[in-house]
Amino acid sequence: MDLFKDIFSAFWVGGVICVIGQILIDKTKLQPGRILVLYVCLGCILGAVGIYKPIVDYAGAGATVPLTGFGYNLAKGVMEEIDSSGFLGIFTGGLKAAAGGISGAVVFSWLAAVIFEPKGK
Amino acid sequence: MDSSQYKKQYEKQKEYDKMVKMASPNSPIFMDCVKAFVTGGLICAFGQILKNYFSSMGLSQDDTGLAVSLILIAIAVLLTGLGWFGKIGKFCGAGTVVPITGFANSVASPAIEFKKEGWVFGLGAKMFQVADPVIVYGTTTSVAVGIIYYIVGLVR
Repeated sequence: MDLFKDIFSAFWVGGVICVIGQILIDKTKLQPGRILVLYVCLGCILGAVGIYKPIVDYAGAGATVPLTGFGYNLAKGVMEEIDSSGFLGIFTGGLKAAAGGISGAVVFSWLAAVIFEPKGK
Repeated sequence: MDSSQYKKQYEKQKEYDKMVKMASPNSPIFMDCVKAFVTGGLICAFGQILKNYFSSMGLSQDDTGLAVSLILIAIAVLLTGLGWFGKIGKFCGAGTVVPITGFANSVASPAIEFKKEGWVFGLGAKMFQVADPVIVYGTTTSVAVGIIYYIVGLVR
């Protein structure tokens, strides 16, 4: 039953985070690109002040899959890196934590561009 | 009732109508939110299934998160390449934008579209056209967080 509980909490928390984004898109006419920026920065700040971790602990992928989770990862990475390697960690920690996701997006997208032709919108 | 009262009542009625419109299930915002909730929630639930699978394989928590992200990114990029992501995204709204799938789509979509302008200055340069601000502000915020964290650590 644990699996079901995990999936359910991921579902509703992830859903709520998306609804907030939807309201922002509908109400403020923010383009999706701006929402992405907002979410990453927000996740980073919430992660830094310790608000986002309990949400991750409760919701798992419901909190890490939305882009706020990406921001949370940046904050977590930079703080851990400073703990382990000091001052220079300020500059390496964030992107180190994001490296996998960014490399993945680059390589997969490059491959997709090689394979697929653009389609009319 | 004199005319000013009528006017007041009319205005109240108008306000009320507006409120009803906003709250009623038929309003586009409400439906958009339902769609975003369900589809975004499902993507996260799918991520959770993957997460549980990977942690049962013995991956560490950080590695699990990365593996889940990579799979979702790969799926989103593939759907973008096939030209399906746009159609699905139109229905889902923020449901596909807010999860990491939105980030992946924002990289893959210009990559494919600008291939015709060349491998280096088309595909290579414009791939991050939309996603770059995310990296720029994400990195900057993380460095700001790092500086504060470092200073707080010194003071303690």
